[in-house]
Order: sequence, then structure tokens, then C-alpha cells
Amino acid sequence: MADRAPHPDTLELRERWGSFAWTPANAEEAKKIVARYPEGRQRSAVMPLLFLAQYQVGAETNTQGWLPIPVIEFVARELDMPVIRVLEVATFYTMYNIAPVGRFHVQVCGTTPCMLRGSDDLLAACKKRGMAKGHTTDDGLWTLTEVECMGNCASAPMVQINDANYEDLTPERLDHVLDELAAGRFPKEGTQDPARHTVEPVGEPTNLAAMMTENHDYRGEW
Amino acid sequence: MLADKDRIFTNVYGFQDWGLKAAQERGDWDDTKALIARGQDSIIQEIKDSGLRGRGGAGFPTGMKWSFMPKESKDGRPSFLVINADESEPGSCKDREIIRHDPHKLVEGALVAGFAMRARAAYIYIRGEFIREAETLFKAVAEAYDAGLLGKNAAGSGYDFDVFVHRGAGAYICGEETAMIESLEGKKGQPRLKPPFPAGAGLYGCPTTVNNVESIAVVPTILRRGASWFASFGRENNKGTKLFQISGHVNRPCVVEEAMSIPFSELIEKHCGGIRGGKDNLLAVIPGGSSVPLVPAEQIWDCPMDFDGLKELGSGLGTAGVIVMDKSTDVVRAISRISYFYKHESCGQCTPCREGTGWMWRVMERLRTGDAHIDEIDMLQQVTKQVEGHTICALGDAAAWPIQGLIKHFRPELERRIAEAGNLAEAAE
Repeated sequence: MADRAPHPDTLELRERWGSFAWTPANAEEAKKIVARYPEGRQRSAVMPLLFLAQYQVGAETNTQGWLPIPVIEFVARELDMPVIRVLEVATFYTMYNIAPVGRFHVQVCGTTPCMLRGSDDLLAACKKRGMAKGHTTDDGLWTLTEVECMGNCASAPMVQINDANYEDLTPERLDHVLDELAAGRFPKEGTQDPARHTVEPVGEPTNLAAMMTENHDYRGEW
Repeated sequence: MLADKDRIFTNVYGFQDWGLKAAQERGDWDDTKALIARGQDSIIQEIKDSGLRGRGGAGFPTGMKWSFMPKESKDGRPSFLVINADESEPGSCKDREIIRHDPHKLVEGALVAGFAMRARAAYIYIRGEFIREAETLFKAVAEAYDAGLLGKNAAGSGYDFDVFVHRGAGAYICGEETAMIESLEGKKGQPRLKPPFPAGAGLYGCPTTVNNVESIAVVPTILRRGASWFASFGRENNKGTKLFQISGHVNRPCVVEEAMSIPFSELIEKHCGGIRGGKDNLLAVIPGGSSVPLVPAEQIWDCPMDFDGLKELGSGLGTAGVIVMDKSTDVVRAISRISYFYKHESCGQCTPCREGTGWMWRVMERLRTGDAHIDEIDMLQQVTKQVEGHTICALGDAAAWPIQGLIKHFRPELERRIAEAGNLAEAAE
């Protein structure tokens, strides 16, 4: 099991987040989300609402966002659920940050397929910039986490930073991505190999060559 | 090699637009009404005849799974289809390509499959980390609604059907079908005891079938081209085409659709540019995602990549996430890292798994450096046997098998490390 403990519930935290409420846009979104589930099953919406709350906290703090206890209590009230049921969901699923994070959450995949393609070097490159696993840098810019398989194995190694994946990385390519982000620019997402489009074999195509240039309809050849 | 015209996922590399119009030009949503007009029993029979086996790892016949759903609701409960897009198995990255590059195959499949099993709606459970992919999927579903392909009188078929997308939030265990249902209900993703099976009481206590993304997305094409077309690929009992995902030490890692039963050598040589450093540099392969035991180089080379071929080698096809390791690999570390993965992802419900995965990982880490007694290898083997089969879901088994595979094929390597660390003599005394 992942070791996770919620951030302490202090008076300062209550003062800062005790009056948390949806922005008008998010209130609209929350209504739409709850409508996806059958009548009387509104607690199914707890996961998407926690995401929405985390995003809103992120927008307010200029970070990736996290879930202070008073915000978790707010979501519980919205769905008429006991707080503990929401808290246990927030602590069970690793994408909910239950402690503050930095502007950019650098999540380096370290599971075997990425490890075989050099994720050790990516972690080393992050550490060289002053990041440490499980910590936020003093300038509040980076939080480093080693995460488990992100499902990008054919374009490994990869790093997910907030909502974006950067794949086919080398330490140099990762440095470039991080430099760009630090400078307030958003580098191209996906593969960082200039010779590759997505997950095709790099170089000469081995299949579906016709699709590279036109939206080919193969039905005529059936 | 599979001809391009026989590939189902023609936009798997995303060179073309994923949107509805482009998908229709490629043949999706082409007279879906006529597919539905064939009737439930006929669709299920066609899928049974095609030999399609579930693409999520276990390989259960898809048509048969659908036939377990009730034909009529005696007590007014609706039925649900849940589509498993919680692709989290290390080595697997196929559903992601379907969702972000060919989502309409999945959405159309959801309608047709949902109709065949008499479901009221489909919930697509996509893993939380697939953030851009989920954005695409939400848009694809919205496009289908706008075009009248979903909702009331879906695609003009006279059948009412809804599709909803639900995002996970980073728990591998939610790929287990009953954990997925728990998670959809807004709870921690901890698997349920079976029985009752989901087909009797699943989501919200209603009859539910959980299918993998690829299993659902291939359905419309199978119906259009016929069961015999699909069944013309692969060996008996292992029919069809399949998305293979090759990662690790090959020259050109990729995702590629191929005929089932393609020999490993052909898959690697034709699509992946061979093993890094040549064929002789191959050490071992994990052929089906991290949960299956590894297979040493000399056994895998000519093996047909299908359920039965890999089972004969004591491994499995799983999700067809092929992890290739060359001779530069620290194989003990590679497996130990997988053990750490299972320790991290154990939901904590069953004691053998919660305690066992951590215990096995710690011993694996000591074996990695040789800091162990020689008889601890056997002790580890015994502990894996005590975890395997003693938990509610298969995560315990999945944590045990990679270690068992390592001990079976690489025991001399484990012993060598212990000897090199100087711990052999001590044990002998």
C-alpha cells in the first residue's frame, strides 16, 4: 500500500479553506457531473468532484492543487456523504494530493518498462536540479514523485507533469521540457523524439503507411 | 504479416483526426442501425463464432460472457455495461491508443455490445492518469450524442442507450472488475467477494458485464466483416487480431496490431527492428504485462504469441504487453521493481496480499544485492505460494507469479549473487 497521510488539520488551514465553495463555472460543472449517475446514487460523483475541487484549489494557489480537510468536508456536504467516506476515497487514490504540492508536479514513472529504458537517468536529472522525491523545492516550482506505470510503455521513459505527458525522454530532453516550463512556456506534449509521431515504430513504417498521408478508407480492399 | 486492410485500428498511430467525421470516413458508425437490427441473440452468436476472447488479460470468451446477462428484467432492475479502460498493467499501453486515436470504435462498440446484452447504459471507466485521453473520450461521446448516435433512439435503431465516462484516480486495483464497480459507486476500489458475480449483482446491485476496451472496440468490425473473417487469424482457440505493445530493449518499441499466434521472432524482427544488440543479446521476455512469469530467451523465440502458446511455457498472453530485456538487464532488479509495484498497488483488504507484497519486495531487494541466506530463495518461493490463491482478487497471484518465474529460470543468478556477497559459506556452516 502507498504510504499517505493527510496534511494536518490546523486552525490556519481552517481559516484559509473553511469557506471553500465552487466558483460559478465549477458549480455548473458539478451539477453536470452528478447528473451522470442514477437518482439516489449521487455518491458515485465523489471522485470527479474531488478532482474538480483539487483543480479549483490549484487555480487559487497557482499549484497543481491539493485537498485540504475543509475542502474534503465541503465535497462531503455537497453529496450528503459522511466525511470519513470522502476522506477514505481521497486517501485511497493516489492522484488526489492530500498535502500541498508545487506549481509543477513532476511524476517520473519508475516501473520496469520505463526503468529498462532509462528512468534512473531521468530521476538523476531531476535531483540535479534540486528536486527530491516526496518534496517541493524551496521556490515552490517543483514537486517530485516517482509514480507507478502510467501506460506509456511503448514510448518509455516518460514523465507526467500536471496534466501533460512527455515521452521518449532522455535527460537532455527532460531538461529542455523543465527549462521551458520554468520559463512559463508549454513545450509540445507527447513524444519528445523529433522523428516520431506517437507510438509507431520510429523510422520506416512497418504498417499502415497509407494512413500517414491521407485518411485512408480500407473498406474498398475488404 | 497482417495486411493493412485487415487491421481494425487503422488510426492507431493518430496520423489522422480522431473526430466523428474522420472516423465515419474510415468506416465507423456506418449503418449501425443495421447491425442492431440483427437482434441480440444473433449478435451474441456472431461474437461467439468469431472466437473473440477478452482482451483485458484473462481471455474469457466475450460472447459467452454476454450470454450470462439476463434476457429480461424480472424485478425492474436495469442492466449495465462497464467498459474497463483502467489500463494500468506495467507493459500495457494499447487501450490508450484506441481511446485517443480511434475513440469512435469504442463508443460504437459500446452501443452495439450494450444492446446485445440488453444494457440500459455503459460506463467507461478510464484511468485517472489518462488525462488527455479522457478529454478526447468525453468529446467523442459528446459528438456521438450530438449526431443522434447515442441517447434516445440511438443511431435510429429504436434502442435507448447512454454512454457515460468516469475517471479513475490512480489505483491499479480498479482494473479488477468488482473493484471497478465499487469505485464507480464512489467507494475505495476494494474487490468484492464472488459470488454474487457481476452478471447477477454488479453496479448498483444490477446485472453488469465488465469488458476491456479492446474487446468492445473490435465488435462493430467483427459484425461488419463476419465471424469467419475474424476467426481466420490465429490458431484454434486463439482467434483474431490483437494489439501488441512492445517495450524495453528492442530497437523500435511500438504498439502494433497483428494476427494472434504470430511468432515472437516475427513480431520483433518485422515491427521492432530486432532486439537491441541482436538476437543473441536477448535475456528474457515478460510476454503479457508484469503479472505473468518471465520466459527466457531460448524458449520464447519461436513461440506463437497467443493464450495457449504462452501458457505452455508457464507464462501467459495477458494484455500482450511484451517487455523485452537484453543481457544488460539486472533481471533481479527488474522483477524486484515489479514486486514494489504490487506492494504499492495492493488495496490492503486481504492480509496475505497486504503483508505479503511488502514482505516479498523486501526479500527481493536483499536478493538483488545478495544480502540473503541461500535457503531464503526457497522460503520466498513458499511465501509466494501462500499468497497465491489466498486473496479475494488476482492481485495476490499477480504479485507471486513474476517472482516464481524468476526463481524458476534464474535461480543460478540468485545463488551467484549470494555467493559473491560472501553469504554462501555462512549459510553452509
